[in-house]
Amino acid sequence: MRILYFAWVRQRVGVAEEAVSPPEAVRDVAGLVAWLAARSPGHASAFADPRQIRAAVNQDFATPDQAVAPGDEIAFFPPVTGG
Amino acid sequence: MPGPVVRVQEAGFDLAAEAARLTEGRTDIGGLASFVGLCRADDGLAALVLEHYPGMTERALARIAQEAWGRWPLTGCTVIHRVGRLVPGEPIVLVLTASAHRAAALDACAFLIDWLKTSAPFWKREEFADGASRWVAAKAEDDAAAARWAKPA
Repeated sequence: MRILYFAWVRQRVGVAEEAVSPPEAVRDVAGLVAWLAARSPGHASAFADPRQIRAAVNQDFATPDQAVAPGDEIAFFPPVTGG
Repeated sequence: MPGPVVRVQEAGFDLAAEAARLTEGRTDIGGLASFVGLCRADDGLAALVLEHYPGMTERALARIAQEAWGRWPLTGCTVIHRVGRLVPGEPIVLVLTASAHRAAALDACAFLIDWLKTSAPFWKREEFADGASRWVAAKAEDDAAAARWAKPA
């Protein structure tokens, strides 16, 4: 599973991307957030307020209950501010 | 009739050149609407740094442009969004919409800029002359502006 981070989420985690293999119990975006948050103090800081985090699964915006699977590209980032 | 053109680029763009490119050789366009977003020098801003999600950004913009193409009788559409470091006065985003008549062009142009603000993965960081920097927070009024285009149930 490939994880990408953008904007201040990337700064807090400390890397732009990483490859992870979460346990089978991690089945959706919310479960992945909880599992990632325990990986390091930087991850914990990035995911401290899940309401500030948005996600995409395979480059489509995703909700917390969206399923995740090995091989997926999953991104975490703040609410977007383009335009 | 060509479909929407979407570009994400570091380089600048020229409104007149893009308008000419869209209308060249065409006799079916009665109205061309444009929106250009520019970098403002608020609060001593020295630069805006725009980050994006390569791949997803292009997909999201193409999807939004296709949505506009389906909702209004457009005969041309160009969306260009810049990334990287931009200084005050520089253009950030361009939306061009063409149609036989003005209403579709104007409405589709407003829809596109409202939607791309809330539905495309870009993030702005402000850099100030004193060296400080901060990420721009999403605005509730941008969500409200996008929501006004929600289709009736």
